[in-house]
Amino acid sequence: MAVEVKHIKGTNKSDVKLYALSTCVWCGKTKKLLADLDIGYDCIDVDLLDYDDQQEVLKEVRKHNPGGGFPTMVINGKDCIVGFDEEKIRKQFE
Amino acid sequence: MTAEVSQDKTESYYIKLKKDAQDGGYYLNPDENFTKELARGLLTNEVRYGYQSCPCRLSAGDQEKDRDIICPCDYRDADLNDFGACYCGLYVSEDVFNGRVKLTSIPERRNQGKEEKRKDEATPENYGVNKQQPGSFGSIVSTAGKYPVWRCRVCGYLCARENPPLICPICKAKKDRFERFV
Repeated sequence: MAVEVKHIKGTNKSDVKLYALSTCVWCGKTKKLLADLDIGYDCIDVDLLDYDDQQEVLKEVRKHNPGGGFPTMVINGKDCIVGFDEEKIRKQFE
Repeated sequence: MTAEVSQDKTESYYIKLKKDAQDGGYYLNPDENFTKELARGLLTNEVRYGYQSCPCRLSAGDQEKDRDIICPCDYRDADLNDFGACYCGLYVSEDVFNGRVKLTSIPERRNQGKEEKRKDEATPENYGVNKQQPGSFGSIVSTAGKYPVWRCRVCGYLCARENPPLICPICKAKKDRFERFV
């Protein structure tokens, strides 16, 4: 089964990937903040994937965030914000 | 694949969580919506995996592997002490509860390599298991000595953990009424 990626539209030029959990409230706050800032991103709810897809995605997440927690936000394939850090997120996109 | 947990179930579970927290001397996150969403996440995980795996951590779907993150998790009290909230934000310190300190997301304590698992560390599985050698008594594996013991000076309650609890679960005295016992 392919990894399900939800694309949310926004006005930014940057490539933003959000690895999240559907049950995590901090991830929910991050999604809301991105919506408020009109940032488009690819959203992957890792808990909703099957085991093999999860393992594949976790490898990718750990490249940027070795601790492997959620939410993990990867910007342009290199910058990484872990957790709901409102200040850091706003600064990233100002 | 995921069953939706009903609003009714979420509401009644939220009420139960609140009561249990109060009885144990803990504070739930005062943001009701936040806390109800976490309650829903716990119930969702219970449907998915058969146990209430932390809603803010990826479950392995294996109760043995996830025992430490079944809510309330093994890290709750250390996190309440150090950061004023548990990892998912369900439990908060009195300061956060009263708005004196802001609730923020906290770093993950699990699997950070800081806790070294001793080879002979006691777990519910091996406690009391004989390390048998012919002619010898079995040895009881114990964590005595790994943790300090704290005593509540108001009621005498003893607990073996890194720091005294924020509130005595027996008599509700504050943390500063505890003294080191062992």
